[in-house]
Amino acid sequence: MSNGADDHKLRVSKIHNGTVIDHVHGGQALNVLAILGIDGSEGEEVSVGMNVPSDRLARKDIVKVEGRELSQDEVDVLSLIAPDATINIVREYEVVEKSRVDRPDVVEGVLSCPNPGCITTGDEPVDSRFEVLSDGVRCSYCGTIVREEIASLIET
Amino acid sequence: MRHDHLITSKQLSREDVELVLDRAAEIDADPERVADRHAGRLLGLLFFEPSTRTKMSFETAMKRLGGDVVDMGSIESSSVKKGETLADTVRVIEGYADALVLRHPQQGAAKMASEYVDVPLVNAGDGAGHHPSQTMLDLYTIRENAGLEDLTIGIMGDLKYGRTVHSLAYALSNFDARQHFISPESLQLPREVVYDLHQQQGGTQIREHDSIEEVLPSLDVLYVTRIQRERFPDENEYQQVAGEYQIDAKTLEDASDDLTVMHPLPRVDEIAPEIDDTDYAAYFEQAHNGVPVRMALLDMLLESGGENDE
Repeated sequence: MSNGADDHKLRVSKIHNGTVIDHVHGGQALNVLAILGIDGSEGEEVSVGMNVPSDRLARKDIVKVEGRELSQDEVDVLSLIAPDATINIVREYEVVEKSRVDRPDVVEGVLSCPNPGCITTGDEPVDSRFEVLSDGVRCSYCGTIVREEIASLIET
Repeated sequence: MRHDHLITSKQLSREDVELVLDRAAEIDADPERVADRHAGRLLGLLFFEPSTRTKMSFETAMKRLGGDVVDMGSIESSSVKKGETLADTVRVIEGYADALVLRHPQQGAAKMASEYVDVPLVNAGDGAGHHPSQTMLDLYTIRENAGLEDLTIGIMGDLKYGRTVHSLAYALSNFDARQHFISPESLQLPREVVYDLHQQQGGTQIREHDSIEEVLPSLDVLYVTRIQRERFPDENEYQQVAGEYQIDAKTLEDASDDLTVMHPLPRVDEIAPEIDDTDYAAYFEQAHNGVPVRMALLDMLLESGGENDE
């Protein structure tokens, strides 16, 4: 007998040790990886499920990262593009910690300001800093507010 | 007022503003009383953009307080030309001066620079961002001419890039003023500024217009700014709006006799010379007020010695 849950398990296999980021909005998985700085060049073992059925989100993405437990800073930043995400820390195939993301007050050095006139876009030795608003982010230096396509500001 | 730096008028409470204006009025009435107050102290002038009034009034203010200035000079003759960062420049000049005044073409420059220095730093204009010391002399002029209570003000021209406008709007929100913003659609107030004004406690009363006619009779103050031709990508687009935002005697026919017309200067053709000799004109007085107001600001910042009471 087959049901949705079994299909789900077939699509994304269990990991040994690491992090499962679940309930990411459909289509955002690659941005999640970008935020985490994972591009495969370091040999990371990553599984991605995109647009899989979900009761809560209708369609969701899942990211499984083998051998890496996310830090609180990483989870904070993740919350900007995946506000409904669930973070599962896995050890020896078992989920030992499960938590929801929480939006931080400020994110630093992660997003680049889209305002070309902002001092953070030049050659100054300054990290970008954004205040997190209820519906977007705001550059702490020039005041620019971004509400949509925040993922496109992720510094690469 | 005890602040490390003056970066934006958003950081100033109503009490801060009134303290500065009161101190400026005292100095204006009796400048001799403060003639030696800061003897031996130096103000560093770092102007990365051209400036006449702001730079000269800061220099005059410091000298009238008994101090002196060290001036970075033109960008062409400075280490900036060699590629030095702003962060390095301010850290070097901090070693020479007791306070710094910075003008820079990029938004957020003053905030960033203030994070690298311990001496007080005044933002004298950061790109299209803020110009808080201009706002203080604007408020001083408004208080002298129309009062800050129950004020109806029209702010007209380039509201998008006009840093004096942004700073003035924030500061006026402390006084429950009714603010009317008049501009072509392409030069409306930045949405960030509108967002901030709506976030103020109680909500600042603002309205946006594309022509002055409907609002002119109700105004106590009309604050005009230059429409910056160089900002328009298309000359035709500029020509379509430029003539609509000029003030002459005919424009003011429906104005109150008590209207005060202001302009941060320089003007090009926004205010016809025929207005200069009328009772409406306050823009040269406004420029002159830069000295006592900046004397008050420098006096208070140097007095605080860069210490913060927080």
